[in-house]
Amino acid sequence: MKYAYYPGCSLHSTATEYDATTRTVCQTLGVELEEIPDWNCCGATSAHATNHLLSLALPARDLAKAEQMGLDVVAPCAACYNRMAQTIHETKDNEVLRGRVSAVIGADYEGTAKAKSLLEVLAADVGPKVVEAKVQKPLKGLRVAAYYGCLLVRPPAVTGWDDAENPQSMDKLMTALGAETVDWSHKTECCGASLTVSRTDIVLKLTRDILDAAKAAGADALVCACPMCQANLDGRQGAVEKTYKTNYHLPVFYFTQLMSLAFGIEPYKLGFARHSIDPRELLHTKEIA
Amino acid sequence: MEMEVLNLTAVGPAGPAFAAQVGAEAGTNAFSCYQCGKCSAGCPLSYAMDYQPRQIMRLVQLGLKDEALKSSTIWLCASCATCTTRCPREVQIAAVMDTLRAMARREGYPYKERSVAAFHRAFLNGVASGGRAYELGMILGYKLSTFEMFKDIDLGLTWLRQGKLKLLPERIKGSASVRDIFEKVRKLEQEEVARQREGRPAAHEGMEGHS
Amino acid sequence: MRRVGVFVCWCGSNIAGTVDIEQVKAAAAKMPNVAYVEDNKYTCSEPGQAAIQKAIKEQKLDRVVVAACSPRMHENTFRRTVGGAGLNPYLLEIANIREHCSWVHPDKVAGTRKAVDLVRRAVYKVAKNVPLQRASIDVTKRALIIGGGIAGIQAALDIADAGQPVVVVEKTPSIGGHMAQLDKTFPTLDCSACILTPKMVDAAQNQNITLMTWSEVEKVDGYIGNFTVTIRKKARHVDTTKCTGCGICWSKCPAKVSSEFDLGIGKRKAIYVPFPQAIPNKPVIDEKNCIFFKTGKCKACQMFCPTGSISFDQKDELVEEKFGAIIVATGYEQWDPSPYGEYGYGRYKDVITGLEFERLVNASGPTEGKIKRPSDGKLPKDVVIIQCVGSRDEAKGIPYCSKTCCMYSAKHAILLEEKIHAHSYVFYMDVRTPGKGYEEFYKRATEEHHATYIRGRVSRVYQKGDKLVCLGEDTLLGKKVEVEADLVILASAMVHQNGASKLAQTLGISYDQNEFYTEAHAKLRPVETNTAGIFLAGACQGPKDIPETVAQAGAAASKVISLLSKPKLETEPLVAQVNEAICSGCLWCKPICPYKAIDGKVVKERIAGGKTIERPVAAVNASLCQGCGACTVACRTGAMNVLGFTNEHILAEVDALCL
Repeated sequence: MKYAYYPGCSLHSTATEYDATTRTVCQTLGVELEEIPDWNCCGATSAHATNHLLSLALPARDLAKAEQMGLDVVAPCAACYNRMAQTIHETKDNEVLRGRVSAVIGADYEGTAKAKSLLEVLAADVGPKVVEAKVQKPLKGLRVAAYYGCLLVRPPAVTGWDDAENPQSMDKLMTALGAETVDWSHKTECCGASLTVSRTDIVLKLTRDILDAAKAAGADALVCACPMCQANLDGRQGAVEKTYKTNYHLPVFYFTQLMSLAFGIEPYKLGFARHSIDPRELLHTKEIA
Repeated sequence: MEMEVLNLTAVGPAGPAFAAQVGAEAGTNAFSCYQCGKCSAGCPLSYAMDYQPRQIMRLVQLGLKDEALKSSTIWLCASCATCTTRCPREVQIAAVMDTLRAMARREGYPYKERSVAAFHRAFLNGVASGGRAYELGMILGYKLSTFEMFKDIDLGLTWLRQGKLKLLPERIKGSASVRDIFEKVRKLEQEEVARQREGRPAAHEGMEGHS
Repeated sequence: MRRVGVFVCWCGSNIAGTVDIEQVKAAAAKMPNVAYVEDNKYTCSEPGQAAIQKAIKEQKLDRVVVAACSPRMHENTFRRTVGGAGLNPYLLEIANIREHCSWVHPDKVAGTRKAVDLVRRAVYKVAKNVPLQRASIDVTKRALIIGGGIAGIQAALDIADAGQPVVVVEKTPSIGGHMAQLDKTFPTLDCSACILTPKMVDAAQNQNITLMTWSEVEKVDGYIGNFTVTIRKKARHVDTTKCTGCGICWSKCPAKVSSEFDLGIGKRKAIYVPFPQAIPNKPVIDEKNCIFFKTGKCKACQMFCPTGSISFDQKDELVEEKFGAIIVATGYEQWDPSPYGEYGYGRYKDVITGLEFERLVNASGPTEGKIKRPSDGKLPKDVVIIQCVGSRDEAKGIPYCSKTCCMYSAKHAILLEEKIHAHSYVFYMDVRTPGKGYEEFYKRATEEHHATYIRGRVSRVYQKGDKLVCLGEDTLLGKKVEVEADLVILASAMVHQNGASKLAQTLGISYDQNEFYTEAHAKLRPVETNTAGIFLAGACQGPKDIPETVAQAGAAASKVISLLSKPKLETEPLVAQVNEAICSGCLWCKPICPYKAIDGKVVKERIAGGKTIERPVAAVNASLCQGCGACTVACRTGAMNVLGFTNEHILAEVDALCL
């Protein structure tokens, strides 16, 4: 199993721990990653909020490179994954549009490479059974709320690999690690990531709603598959608590961090120190790390 | 909202034409919306919007372009696509919002949510110059254009300390080719704006029918 | 001593949930004449009925009381059960401990007490029951259909197809009805005339069908199987046996008047056929507008008629015919929207009704299908269609939904866009499309033909230059909107046919507050009336579209066919009976009877002293009597009784409840 690896900008800045643990987990599970050479930013929300053609061209430049590598793309970031999947979806049966995109990026873009999210690769292609077999330190007693957010599973015509209203893939992975998942209401509610800088007030409210729901469902922590979600839920948790006078103290993991932990990787290698809500105390209490 | 009477015939053939154009650019049928409100009900951002997503669809159907493009809604939409996912008429509402934002920008409409538009501009400026997003540069650029100097200072400093924000941008080798993409898109857009201004028919863009 | 069996039903938890079955059983066991008590989860089920039959045999029961649901639900079921066990079916009483008891009383103690009372009432009454026998009467194998629209035509064709003769009475000069006026039909957009005229021709050529156009039903006597109907054949002034329909007469006629068929949009002559495909294709002279009838001079038609068919001295003719069954298919009228002063119908020429638009867009209509607006003949570019004009408006119109307007408005919007690229603005309150292919049709109007649907009623229409400004609110947007229209179409309501109530009185059938004829049961007997032998088809029963009308016409026809196929008819024995010995002959009962079942007769009687005298008494026609009991209340001597509900029965019930 080999993929063209597209880390995306966040994994080189705010989410380097996601990048590192992605590589670790893939290595453990025999998923070979070859980074797309000289990849560019997918443009994310800002591009498609600005110009339709630009929103297709930026991911297409990366996809065209993957085509040359003869590999399908895996992207850990939900937003990058979504933009790539959207580009493939829109150009699939539209030769004219594909031609325009090729002209803009100055390279042939055929639309032959698929794009997958890292979660899909690990949960569907590799599967919980294989994952379970690699577990050395089961995450016993840890109750997590699996948070998928919007871009992993929506819109289903573009994503389609997990249920859009009640996705299960991350829950199954967590169960395979020995953790317990809670059934909760805000699995796929939006955290407002694209407004995090410009309308922080909105993001605080949306984040509060999600944290409230996770806490009410009895979760010890959240687990996610998107650097933006993590930045909001973890990085802004303090501000939420201050604004709304609440107290959550819910660590927010990348699912790959928990996988690495269960695979027996030493906790200090997993970037927990970079979290705003330090998860080490919780892991210690649960006698996991 | 002003309480004047909207003259629908004054919009004239531009009414259906606008809905048809928005639909074509967004790859959906704007006439399909039957105003059930499921989109607004599920929208996590609707509480902050001046028009509900359903109302934006209505404005589009009636050809009330100015109202739609001046709304805060199109900027507050976070593109989470909950609306699209649940629409019983398969209207791609999130794509309509994208289309309206793009339209508002290229036609020079004043932004109801200046800060949101400024963020997108700052973000893309970073991408255009180095090929990748440059968070610190983006935040500085954003602050300069919005004068929100002290907002988020705490978090920014924390992230700098945690190494989450890089001091220098990552510049890719092919950054020139990325800049070229921006340049070509900008040119095509200018041509399109000119074409529309002169009322010439659209060159076949291959944008219709994508969904 | 009687041997009464009481069977108490649980009706699942429907009864058992609020009535203590054991207590009811215990109380029943102590009632006089009761020999046996049993309970059942569902008495109406097969095992429940078998239990009754078994008990009748084993316990030698001679009367049965079933304490269950309403007799309207299962009285006939249990009569058959009892009859099947060899008892006379009328030795049964039902105690309604569901609708009258468990469903209305949440309190179990009170509910149980009432159930016991109801059972006691039935036990007392059933003791007085005597065996009753059904009688049989002959059937006239011939059907009458009143109304020659699509409902009447379809019913006539179906009945004729079963080999039974049928007469269609139509008050206008041609059959075809409203459907002949329509252009296209939703949701398939096939041309109305193309699918209607073949049926009209079939009806005219069918050996079993007699068409009586320009005729009206004047009087109806008799009863199921044996109606005697007087029909007025209005003077046509044209001998239809000679006339070839060549059309010379109406081309020569100098009197031009507004055409009813074209709703005033077109003209016709005083001698006319209403439309080119009319059946029969023979004209009538409209006496009110004929110059000869007005002034005594002219006779142009007669002069030019090559077959000598015109006769000015023809008079109305009354004919009496016998029928076994009647179908009423008199249809509807379009509501006149004049009460809406705010819409200016009648004031502004370009404010027209939906039916008027049908004539405007119809290829065989007065404009040959060109949608020229009435004021100046211009083709409209912007058209406002206002739905629910008259409908759902208790202030100015009618309370109900006319059911067809949403669909024909969508059709009009489609036709306007398709034919002349006009843009429609449809003001609606709800869009109701519950028919096969209907929602899809509406969707087509919006998605493919880009009709602008605006939720809200138009408040006012006024003239501004050559435009009609329509003011409304887009209630979904919360904004006032105005449309400058070239043409305004009012989707006007469907209302009862003129004179619907008068015909109902002639027929002895009932009608509702909107003068639509009432079906015997809203769900289970939709084509029957409460008068045996008279059936309903089409919009005379309530607003309906064509598919529904045709379906109902077929259903009514099948009821008629099955009725006319019976060699004899059984009558219900629960009818009024006169005790002639004590009848005073006052005949107060006669005008009170809603079914015209009572008449006077003279009886000979020997009185004391051996003298024979004659005296008048009331006589009941058992075939007409529906057993309503109105006469028994009016009878001062107590001579009138309804069998099965005699005064003795009722007193027994009163005793059971009060003593």
